[in-house]
Amino acid sequence: MNDQTPPTREERVAGLKGLGTSRKRVEDARFTQGKGNYVDDVKLPGMLFGDFVRSPYAHARVAAIHTEEALKVPGVLAVLTAKDLEPLNLHWMPTLAGDKQMVLADGKVLFQGQEVAFVVATDRYAAADGIAAVEVDYQELPVLTNPFEALESDVVLREDLEGQTEGAHGTRKHHNHIFLWEEGDQEATEQAIGSAEVVAEEMVYYHRTHPCPLETCGCVASMDKVNGKLTLYGTFQAPHVVRTVASLLSGIEEHNIRVISPDIGGGFGNKVGVYPGYVCSIVASIVTGKPVKWIENRMDNLMATAFARDYWMKGKISATREGKITGLACHVVADHGAFDACADPTKFPAGFFHICTGSYDIPVAYVGVDGVYTNKAPGGVAYRCSFRVTEAAYFIERMIEVLAIELGMDAAELRAKNFIKADQFPYTSALGWEYDSGDYHTAWNKALEAVDYPGLRREQAERVEAFKRGETRKLLGIGLTHFTEIVGAGPVKNCDILGMGMFDSCEIRIHPTGSAIARLGTISQGQGHATTFAQILASEIGIPADSITIEEGDTDTAPYGLGTYGSRSTPVAGAATAMAGRKIRAKAQMIAAYLLEVHDDDVEWDVDRFAVKGAPERFKTMAEIAYASYNQAIPGVEPGLEAVSYYDPPNMTYPFGAYICVMEIDVDTGVHEIRQFYALDDCGTRINPMVIEGQVHGGLTEALAIAMGQEIAYDEIGNHKTATFMDFFIPTAWETPNYTTDHTVTPSPHHPIGAKGVGESPNVGGVPAFSNAVHDAFRAFGLRQSHMPHDQWRIWKIAHDLGLHG
Amino acid sequence: MIPAAFDYHRPADIASAVALLQELGDDARPLAGGHSLIPMMKLRMASVEYLIDLQDIDELRGISVSDGIVSIGAMTTQHDLITDAALAEAAPIMREAALQIADPQVRYVGTLGGNVANGDPGNDMPGLMQCLDATFTLVGPGGSRDVAARDFYEAAYMTAREDDEILTRVTFAAPTGGYAYEKQKRKIGDYATAAAAIQMTRDDGLCSSAAIALTNLSDVPVFAKAAGAALVGTSCDASAVTAAISAALGEIDPTEDNRGPVEFKLHVAGIVILRAIERAWSRT
Ligand SMILES: Cc1cc2nc3c(=O)[nH]c(=O)nc-3n(C[C@H](O)[C@H](O)[C@H](O)COP(=O)(O)OP(=O)(O)OC[C@H]3O[C@@H](n4cnc5c(N)ncnc54)[C@H](O)[C@@H]3O)c2cc1C
Repeated sequence: MNDQTPPTREERVAGLKGLGTSRKRVEDARFTQGKGNYVDDVKLPGMLFGDFVRSPYAHARVAAIHTEEALKVPGVLAVLTAKDLEPLNLHWMPTLAGDKQMVLADGKVLFQGQEVAFVVATDRYAAADGIAAVEVDYQELPVLTNPFEALESDVVLREDLEGQTEGAHGTRKHHNHIFLWEEGDQEATEQAIGSAEVVAEEMVYYHRTHPCPLETCGCVASMDKVNGKLTLYGTFQAPHVVRTVASLLSGIEEHNIRVISPDIGGGFGNKVGVYPGYVCSIVASIVTGKPVKWIENRMDNLMATAFARDYWMKGKISATREGKITGLACHVVADHGAFDACADPTKFPAGFFHICTGSYDIPVAYVGVDGVYTNKAPGGVAYRCSFRVTEAAYFIERMIEVLAIELGMDAAELRAKNFIKADQFPYTSALGWEYDSGDYHTAWNKALEAVDYPGLRREQAERVEAFKRGETRKLLGIGLTHFTEIVGAGPVKNCDILGMGMFDSCEIRIHPTGSAIARLGTISQGQGHATTFAQILASEIGIPADSITIEEGDTDTAPYGLGTYGSRSTPVAGAATAMAGRKIRAKAQMIAAYLLEVHDDDVEWDVDRFAVKGAPERFKTMAEIAYASYNQAIPGVEPGLEAVSYYDPPNMTYPFGAYICVMEIDVDTGVHEIRQFYALDDCGTRINPMVIEGQVHGGLTEALAIAMGQEIAYDEIGNHKTATFMDFFIPTAWETPNYTTDHTVTPSPHHPIGAKGVGESPNVGGVPAFSNAVHDAFRAFGLRQSHMPHDQWRIWKIAHDLGLHG
Repeated sequence: MIPAAFDYHRPADIASAVALLQELGDDARPLAGGHSLIPMMKLRMASVEYLIDLQDIDELRGISVSDGIVSIGAMTTQHDLITDAALAEAAPIMREAALQIADPQVRYVGTLGGNVANGDPGNDMPGLMQCLDATFTLVGPGGSRDVAARDFYEAAYMTAREDDEILTRVTFAAPTGGYAYEKQKRKIGDYATAAAAIQMTRDDGLCSSAAIALTNLSDVPVFAKAAGAALVGTSCDASAVTAAISAALGEIDPTEDNRGPVEFKLHVAGIVILRAIERAWSRT
């Protein structure tokens, strides 16, 4: 041993697999071998199964629910209705958005697929037969699926709110109105736009879609009547919040509730909210004294648990003739469905939509958002984006394109002309955000060069000529996007969910032999936290990532945190991890100095050890220090090596990126082909490049789905038209193009390691890139705006309406 | 997504299967690959009390080509249609079409017999069978009878097959000349927005025969006889092709669904037919 040459400093750094290493995901060993442990894998002795009778109607009075026949079905034990929940005051529940929502139909139903009764049976087969045997008398009511009509209609959707003119977010101006939320200086904006040389105006619709994680939502509730403890396993993106909400709703003290999020098969925002299934399972477990499982099927998931988007964004953007933007105004009609169950920080009913000035230095802006009730499922969650950020990015990136058309200018040039310059950071936007850091011009130029942008434009011009000569039926679209996100919610001073500040946490224990466990308040749903958080820690405390266990999702063991969504894990919990690591290091320094018999200030940190300044051969490694911390009496120092950090971020982080999509479009069939997709992301410090690349590929593929076909559609009487994978577009490998990824690195100045978050960037930037490519292909023929999704018939319709079918 | 309870039978020969169907009546259904039937049962759109699984009946499997006649057992999987060398040689359009059905997982178990017996206008094989002028053999309590594919389909999910008959075999003369199965769909695993099957021959530079059939453009597959006729005797020049397309469009009646409105489907049908003719003609 002793005659081996000691590892070089580089070897020691490499051995840690810390920041910047493409360390293989430690989670994948179990996922690729079918050894994941998802909620449907949880099987407890005597466990029952609960499932819902759902409404076939979008709006109807529920005159009666007949459960007698269902109760005769072998295996069916109980059928819960609102009447059974009412004595517990659980027939309604509060939403995260300050509204309330029916747990089970209370007198009426407001959307197709709404939960009407909960059948509890010995297994899911008996439950399904029980559901078929429940008879419900419905009296159909007029249906409102269009939010503009809802705001005019005499039909009252929410009779429970009748007469209430004040909502959680101010005055309701109509019985189907939820709130008007405003930001910015309306008067100054109108003035700027009114006196501008050029104004572009457009309605931009971001259609309703759904996060559609591969694993649907579900839970197992287990009430132990002997010790009074409730254990709740579930697909929760925010397990601690669920525990607190469960305690507030049920009256069970919080220490008697244990919430466990096991492996989660994707969340994308769908698993943030609290659903009737959770409440009913808990009640059923309390009533029966047995564990009760509830697992959505695919149709339930697409029809009833939280949708995303559905924003009608009417925009006005003004500029000088040279293309310098002078103002931006946006009015949104936001279709929230039957209940306002958006998952946003409490003070932000439209999320962070006011990031909609994007990457541009816009002197004055105004945003107004009207939330509206309709006969559709509730939700409005952030589907792989920070709260309403993808709507904002889509809006501004469409408005830029429309302005470029109005100006007769190249859209890449228009962007470059208006970017916030590198020396303007930190930059305060007209709508009040403080952008932490950025270098947009560098990223943009790198992207344009990488795809040979001028060459593409030449090819496109030639294609248009060839098309006009009748030599081809295909057009070429070049979709540009430069997006700026706002993620990492967020500072407790303005971000909370149901009153709980949006800090996050990490608790570290170093074991005597120099390995460690760290627990966080977040929960991975596929992001690879067990891999990347260990890397942050490895670089901070000099213990190899492979020797660090990361644990999340059990509220009995993990420190309180607000969970994983809105790209907040790295910006907030990642920061907490680094800060807790630094506390470990501070204590380790004292121990090392004692062991080396020098003053605390006379040792310095070096990768995995403290060494005496000027005498690097005299050192104590972190492993040695850990051992000593448990086994040696050190005067004035408590035994053990542990730390916890609760991190309240001083600001959000602002990742950005430049995406370019090159698309071929067959004008006769509406079929598209993506020839090239270039994605440059700047997420600040890069923890694991391979994981980043994986996140970008996944996010772009979801963006492709949304832009090119995925939607939640209803017919005029509120029937859900896209509740199976036949109609709800999930791309397979076949539809997924090749992506080229690239990056620049502009660290966040306020984050301990400079990281910004990346999981959602590709969805935020990808959707406008794909959509702009479609629009751009038809720009030469006069197209200004056509709503997503750009599926085949809608692309065909663009060509048809432009007269391209002769 | 859980079907109502049902009883399951797995007979080992055709006679027992037919006997079961006869005995159990209306509430019994043959089960082949299950990839159309089981989803309907899970959605509780089809209520079936007795499933008669045909998978143990060996005589329903296999592909043979002899004396220019192709004969395929009903339980032959769509995957087998892709991998069988003799079939690829005798009727390459079968492989071209089968490759465009669903995805590999579905094709490993989905059968030719199930595809043609199902009666769903979205199925790809019925149109192709009409194009090839195939014959379906049905065996019932009264014995065996043959029905031409072109006469088999009555309305969506309604066919000439009696409830107590089993479709045992599909036969057709090995086609000659050029062929194409052209299908537009939204994604892998989707049924056709519009699809066209065509077989045609060339003699002395002129089209000497042409059979065209269309998928998912009416409530039944459509054998577009006049469209084929419009090509015969021509050099498949632009005006002949236009005439064939308009003849075909005259015989279809697509409905609006999530794939698009009627005017889109009519337009795409024209494009699909055009491309099918061009490809088939180039292969003559
Ligand atoms: C995701 C998905 C995508 C699909 N995409 C396509 C597609 O693009 N194109 C396409 O053509 N199909 C498609 N299908 C359907 C698939 O090809 C089915 O396998 C096929 O339609 C039915 O064949 P089967 O063997 O599975 O029959 P089953 O589902 O078992 O039976 C279908 C019907 O036929 C009856 N039947 C079956 N065999 C016989 C027999 N020998 N005699 C009498 N009656 C019989 C059954 O009683 C039943 O009514 C798709 C299916 C899925 C699940």
